[in-house]
Amino acid sequence: MIKRLAWRVATLESARQETPTAKTLVLDVPGWPGHLPGQHVDVRLTAPDGYSTQRSYSIANASAGDRLELTVQTVDDGEVSPYLTDVLEPGDQIELRGPVGGWFVWRPHSSPPVLLIGGGSGIVPLMAMVRSRGKADTPFRLLYSLRDPGQLFYADELEKVKAGVEVAYLYTRIAPPDAGRAAGRLQTADLIAYGWPPETGPDVFVCGPTGFVESAADLLTALGHDPAKIRTERFGPTGG
Amino acid sequence: MGIISRAFHGRPREPDAKLPPGQYLVHDFPVLSAGPTPRVPLDRWEFSIDTAEGPVHRWSWEEFLALPQETPTVDLHCVTKWSKFGTGWKGVSLDVLMEDVESAAEYALAYSYGGYTTNLPLEDLLDGKAWVVHEFDGEELEPPHGGPARLLVPHLYLWKSAKWIKGIRLLNEDWPGFWETAGYHNYGDPWREQRYDGD
Repeated sequence: MIKRLAWRVATLESARQETPTAKTLVLDVPGWPGHLPGQHVDVRLTAPDGYSTQRSYSIANASAGDRLELTVQTVDDGEVSPYLTDVLEPGDQIELRGPVGGWFVWRPHSSPPVLLIGGGSGIVPLMAMVRSRGKADTPFRLLYSLRDPGQLFYADELEKVKAGVEVAYLYTRIAPPDAGRAAGRLQTADLIAYGWPPETGPDVFVCGPTGFVESAADLLTALGHDPAKIRTERFGPTGG
Repeated sequence: MGIISRAFHGRPREPDAKLPPGQYLVHDFPVLSAGPTPRVPLDRWEFSIDTAEGPVHRWSWEEFLALPQETPTVDLHCVTKWSKFGTGWKGVSLDVLMEDVESAAEYALAYSYGGYTTNLPLEDLLDGKAWVVHEFDGEELEPPHGGPARLLVPHLYLWKSAKWIKGIRLLNEDWPGFWETAGYHNYGDPWREQRYDGD
């Protein structure tokens, strides 16, 4: 008999501002069973009158005991994300259950090269993969599409990322002068310049808003990547 | 009831009997898929009902459109927590597609262009509970939402409503599909909040 995925109490230990509108919550979750990079959790908030609501958030950190990190982008008219980023304080408790999802995951013992393609906050589960790589031999390439430099998550850490992980920043609206690429949406030329050729048989993970994921997956298959090796996770325009 | 979240009040709301537990209402139509969107040319499209021994029935696109059509209006519930009310579809009832099928099978596996699969008890497809639909909101169904045609089983979480459907296999034993082997609930009743294994 499979046991029900239990709701656990998580306590906010600290929070890091990633951008003016996104925060990483560092949570202590006693008894956390561990997770694979790419998985998510369901968060449940309950009001004093008993009303409760749930949302899913990708896990940002590599599995590390009882510690869980979620990076939350504030959705302007959202019901849950503004609470998590603006109201929740260290010591406050929320409920969550997980880890959830057995498809959009990278298993650190797998060997093909890895191609990560993230749009906006779609970087979060991909960052968990980068962080879980550790000393593995598997070479990673990360294509990170973002509107402008002010939207960059994990800036310092990506700057210092170790050998074996190549990061390309694809700015869509405003590119810094040294970007080496004019601002614009992800194109086939980017996949050729910064990705892996299809012949190398990479495991591909694409995460971001629906339009971004649709477009990236179409470009990848047109280039000859095996659709069966392209795993996608889409954030709808709603949520929050 | 769980622990109270300090200073959380939630949105102003009326209790809504149409909203299953843990769901919230949306007015757009989010897209969720595990991989690239397959593109299926209509002249190569076909839909089959088959068993382990082979096909029982097969329809081309023209033959499928010539079948009696229904226009169900239904509420959708996605396991990722959003629900959408009053969606309008056009398609063929599974009761029509199964009309001449004689089988002792108790289970069905819906399979799709692109390789997706999902399993359900056969009875959940019958008696006006399921359709193969090709229009949404009066327009032809767009590929990201499952076009040319998708299964529609609105009384279960939306992952059971296989996009890009290619056929339905009748089985004597239950055969868990794509999400059902990746940690999600085998049946997926939103009213019992059967999201994950063990719920």
